[in-house]
Amino acid sequence: MNALRAVSLFRRGFAHGVHPPDHKALTAEVPTQRIPFASRYVLPLNQHLGAPARPLVEVGQRVRRGQRIAEPTAFVSTSLHTPVTGWVRALDRRCGPDGAYQEAIEIEADPYATQRLEPAVPRDWRSLSLEELVEELPHSGIVGLGGAALPAQVKYSLRAGVRIRYLIANGAECEPYLTNDHRVMVERAETLLRGIEILQTLLGAEETIIGIELNKPEAIAGLRALIQPGQGVRVVPLRVKYPQGDSKMMIRSLLGREVPAGLHAADLGIIMNNVSTIAAIADWFETGTPYIDRRVTVSGPGIARPSNLLVPLGTQVREVLRFCGGLSEDTREVIMGGPMMGKPVANLDAPIVKTSSGILAFTAKDTARPREYPCIRCGRCVEACPYFLNPSRLARLARARLYDEMKRLNLMECVECGSCTYSCPSGIPIVQLIRTAKSNLRGRRRAVQG
Amino acid sequence: MKQQDPRLLVQPAPLLKQPLTTSMAMFDVLLALAPATLAGIWFFGLGALLILLASVAGALLTEWTFLPADQRRGQIANGSALVTGLLLGLSLPPSLPLWMAFLGGVASIGLGKLIWGGLGYNLFNPALVGRAFLLAAFPVAMTTWSAQTGPADFFQLASSNLAAPLMHADYDGLSSATPLGLMKFQQESTPLWELVIGKTSGCIGETSGLLLILGGLFLAFRRDLDWRIPVSILLTVAILATLLFLIDPTRYPDPIFAVFAGSLLFGAIYMASDPVTSPITPRGAWIFGIGVGLLVVLIRYFGGFPEGVMYAILLMNAATPLIDRYSQPRVFGKGLESARSGHE
Repeated sequence: MNALRAVSLFRRGFAHGVHPPDHKALTAEVPTQRIPFASRYVLPLNQHLGAPARPLVEVGQRVRRGQRIAEPTAFVSTSLHTPVTGWVRALDRRCGPDGAYQEAIEIEADPYATQRLEPAVPRDWRSLSLEELVEELPHSGIVGLGGAALPAQVKYSLRAGVRIRYLIANGAECEPYLTNDHRVMVERAETLLRGIEILQTLLGAEETIIGIELNKPEAIAGLRALIQPGQGVRVVPLRVKYPQGDSKMMIRSLLGREVPAGLHAADLGIIMNNVSTIAAIADWFETGTPYIDRRVTVSGPGIARPSNLLVPLGTQVREVLRFCGGLSEDTREVIMGGPMMGKPVANLDAPIVKTSSGILAFTAKDTARPREYPCIRCGRCVEACPYFLNPSRLARLARARLYDEMKRLNLMECVECGSCTYSCPSGIPIVQLIRTAKSNLRGRRRAVQG
Repeated sequence: MKQQDPRLLVQPAPLLKQPLTTSMAMFDVLLALAPATLAGIWFFGLGALLILLASVAGALLTEWTFLPADQRRGQIANGSALVTGLLLGLSLPPSLPLWMAFLGGVASIGLGKLIWGGLGYNLFNPALVGRAFLLAAFPVAMTTWSAQTGPADFFQLASSNLAAPLMHADYDGLSSATPLGLMKFQQESTPLWELVIGKTSGCIGETSGLLLILGGLFLAFRRDLDWRIPVSILLTVAILATLLFLIDPTRYPDPIFAVFAGSLLFGAIYMASDPVTSPITPRGAWIFGIGVGLLVVLIRYFGGFPEGVMYAILLMNAATPLIDRYSQPRVFGKGLESARSGHE
């Protein structure tokens, strides 16, 4: 039986990829804790893919936790809600998550407010159509929480004639250190399953598959115990391999199908959402709670008390770190997100935003770059790239700034998972070079169009 | 309330790295070669050790001389010149004059690597370039094989070892044909056991098939070499040799002899699998290996030389960029039926 399972798992996986140590034991068993309210919150207007939101409030105005303070300005855009009761103190440029200053709403919390969120009457979602779901979601402020930050409604607005067969709940959480999706699946399993029921029903999908990496047995067993037979929901354990959570790799692993380049999963009758996103959608329909609190894994060798926290959006990274015992003396770098694809935090004033899945602190030992040697064409990156690109060649071309030649070699198919840099024994920053090339090409296209 | 934040780096992700480095990979190669090297010294005596030292010295000295001062330490420390020097030394006959071995080391690094732009940019295997240079320059010295001295006469140097540079070397009556030479010119076979453990004449490092395979397994296990290359070379040679043997057993040697005799194992495991000069794609590795195997059989059985591994590998080295270009795997999601019928 076990052997059979091993064989089927082997066949189900995607090809290539890497096996970084997952470091999840630091926080996997730590229950999520709510961080106390701080005094100041900074909410950038552009926490999602697409057009920035437009403020609906004025300086000095009193706002209540959960109140909408900015509205979407386009289809690919979403709302923003204040996570605290207090006063709008500024509509100005503030330090964003990447350290760059950007338009934001600053809110001062009312220290005497209860900060309680009055639950709304559960909505009758069964009467909704898919089109109404698409109209509804921009009000919730929910975005794809796996990292893409695509406003939630975008995926559900289907092209005419597309029929969805499968809903996939992505619980892979393949980034090392991060355990916030894991905690959602353990602590909020019922909510997640209700979210699945809503989406599965509105989509008319035949089946929902929850894909979870094998290193989260608690989540797998817990969800399996709650699923009723005949519900059309199934948990599929996946090999622990990076980047298992990449949507196209996940579809390859779960359904054995390859999403053609340039097409979306929906074109194959598949919709995939992160488990946290699905739970957030359930919250919106059941209690009217907009997306205002982010589950964040605070971990890494530089953190005194690794934790899973429920953090109001806009909380400064500094406050989050202080709550976890501060940074160790030898911390050299703080990353927002996972260690493979996250972004470095340049300034601890940076706010927690909708996609801040993790705050990780690394010491000098972890951040030391190995001496870089010339590429000896060992081929490890070629065997790591899940998209079957030739990272060695791309890196060499990037050094020569032959960006057009890189484009010919399918540069744009790269999802920047970083498996190439991880695997390179010569210490070449391959994915970093590729990112530079891609942004250069995109900038060039903008320049031509603009 | 103003607190001092630590000074933070903003290095882009990924921050995680697998632990293996290039210099560790080079060290692995040295480790894998150690048994065969020691066996070579055991079989051929002090002369072999001196030749290895001379070729390594030539390689390292050239590297040091021609590198910019700020790169010297790092480049020497990564061990690639050391590996090249050792590989060259192991592929030389044990009675070669020491100065030739030194010159070979110089040619390996100078002509084989540095003029191409250094490590990672050379088209041909540097050690084989050095060897080809020596074979062209000193055809007699490079094809005079001394018999094994054995441990009893360990300190007995062949007089040719110490020949002065550019002077005529004296080859004493030690000369003894290699198994392949015996086969080609005298139709005389060598017992298999002697081939496996290495009790034959030949290059310093190529004689003991068993130790070479052990080292190769170690490298394959550590993923320092692409196992497809040695496997495809050896399979190709074995299959072709079997066919030829079946056609005419009196003219052609049996396939086991074909695999174990000469420098095929040494070349297939340690020379052909040099990552810089072999294809990077898995499919390319198969093409490359089959090509080397074909050429080895062609040269050995139908050409003028008893041995053809060196030229076979060098020729396929030249084809490597072309193989790479045409053996790229299909990019995920590209070239599917549904892609054409789907969007737009």
